[in-house]
Amino acid sequence: MTTAVASAVQPAPVFDCRQAFAETLLALAADNPRIVAVCNDSVGSSNLGAFAKAYPDRLINVGIAEQCMVGTAAGLANGGFIPFVCAASPFLTGRALEQIKADVAYNDYPVVLCGMSPGMAYGELGPTHHSIEDFAWTRAIADLTVLVPADPAQTRAAVRWAAEANRPIFVRVGRFKVPAVTEDGPFEPDRIAELAPGSDVTIVATGTMVSRALEAHALLAAEGISARVLNVSTLKPLDAETLVRAAHETGRIVTAEEASVHGGLGGAVAEILSQTHPVPMRILGVPEFAPTGNTAFLLDHFGLNAAGIAAAARALVD
Amino acid sequence: MQARALAGLAEAEFDRSPAALGEIARQVRRSVIAMIDKAGMGHVGGDLSVTDILTVLYFGVLRVDPSVPDWPDRDRFILSKGHCVGALYSVLAQRGFFDEALLADFLAPLSPLNGHPNRRKVPGVEANTGPLGHGLPIAVGSAIAAQLSGRAWRTFVVLGDGELQEGSNWEAAMCAGHRGLEGLTAIVDRNRLQQGARTEETNRLEPLADKFAAFGWDVLEVDGHDMAALMGVFGAAGAGRPRCVIAHTSKGRGVSFMEDRVEWHHKVPNADEVAAALKELSV
Repeated sequence: MTTAVASAVQPAPVFDCRQAFAETLLALAADNPRIVAVCNDSVGSSNLGAFAKAYPDRLINVGIAEQCMVGTAAGLANGGFIPFVCAASPFLTGRALEQIKADVAYNDYPVVLCGMSPGMAYGELGPTHHSIEDFAWTRAIADLTVLVPADPAQTRAAVRWAAEANRPIFVRVGRFKVPAVTEDGPFEPDRIAELAPGSDVTIVATGTMVSRALEAHALLAAEGISARVLNVSTLKPLDAETLVRAAHETGRIVTAEEASVHGGLGGAVAEILSQTHPVPMRILGVPEFAPTGNTAFLLDHFGLNAAGIAAAARALVD
Repeated sequence: MQARALAGLAEAEFDRSPAALGEIARQVRRSVIAMIDKAGMGHVGGDLSVTDILTVLYFGVLRVDPSVPDWPDRDRFILSKGHCVGALYSVLAQRGFFDEALLADFLAPLSPLNGHPNRRKVPGVEANTGPLGHGLPIAVGSAIAAQLSGRAWRTFVVLGDGELQEGSNWEAAMCAGHRGLEGLTAIVDRNRLQQGARTEETNRLEPLADKFAAFGWDVLEVDGHDMAALMGVFGAAGAGRPRCVIAHTSKGRGVSFMEDRVEWHHKVPNADEVAAALKELSV
């Protein structure tokens, strides 16, 4: 825990989680012949090159056809396979949302929907290619588990767990490079992990925002504000117990996500706390269609950085 | 597994004569009218349109075992036009997947027999459908799964003709043609009516056979109410390509005042109409 905080204030190596994802999927496929990959002309962008070489028959590329892609995955699951659908998150969730709801979740098929390059990872390509709505959309679908690993280690753990979970899953696989904030170990789907202790305010972060929340923790500590940092790696179902305890013990909550401020992590936390232990909250996320800019610029633009998170926490404490 | 396979096949030996299949279909039509009468809801026109197709599939073609609905090597059947689930429930019950008495609970509160099929509640249902344009992509996945696993199951999917206006069908048709999925048979219930009007007045489907052929499918056209003809085309061997059977049908088939009338898409018959329909459907 202290290592993570210390490294967060130093220049740290950063990682594209797609590599960890692809390596893990390839290793799992070697042991489990039921695992197949389904994609939409996204072999390159999903880092599936090695998978395609090793298991050409088990990579089903349907071309640029997301509805067919997700429906086909449901049919493969019906036939006993465990399909990992690998596609850019905006098109996977936006174009095939009804297939995700009806063909995968309502059928209760063990399909793992891998939303590659989510959030604003496609920066300059603009809002058409951003996937800031995926949290709200997927959260609203019954029986769909939503995973948001924060770094490569957690991506590996989440993919391993998903392959065995035998249920419909949506998992974000980040492209924007992030530092390591967790260590290798089994994925804990039912639990929000506390990455830094704190008693004045709790920062509830997910995905790319977790390392930034740890940086904010350090900034606030220098000012004498004690900020707890929670890493939400399972957005749904959400660990209400840890959230309620944080609200009870710190009295203030800041949520941070690379997603719409409507219906995502902030909304999910508010749904729980408003009915159990209401406390003042700030919801940090993306409030509008983004302007032109790369991902790092856009995150700064919307205050989704250490300074922005610290400012929100400070405002609650003051 | 092999023992189950043999049991499933043995169990499936019925009288497959056109007369025997026709008699089953008559019973299915009668139960559809009764179910919709009791529920006060349903899609009677499409149910009656697809009844003969479903009867031939379940009593003459599909290798399924009602005592082991999830038998891994079973043939897959997907009703893409899920709103015509009344006919499917009736056929599944007659085929022994569940007790026919349950049909009386069609659409009742908390009944497993929802207005669209639910595989989690109803034995024999392969896929939850309802929104149109979903069945063919799922069937493509099922057919690829059979190829990948080296198993012999076949995949059949019934599509409404109106639902072919959904683009997802053509994504899947292209994929199936590209992959040469010979284990896949798509049956179009070509009754030429959709909810609001005739298909050709709404958004033209013709030349439908040419469209599927252009996507790399073998296309067969058949009278969708001719039991012998349906048996012949459904049982034919594949030839390295997916197969589309355009079954020319009549919406409301079997009840004269419902046949080929757009308003009977989901109109509910009144007591007199129920009596008249059942009279026409008596021996």
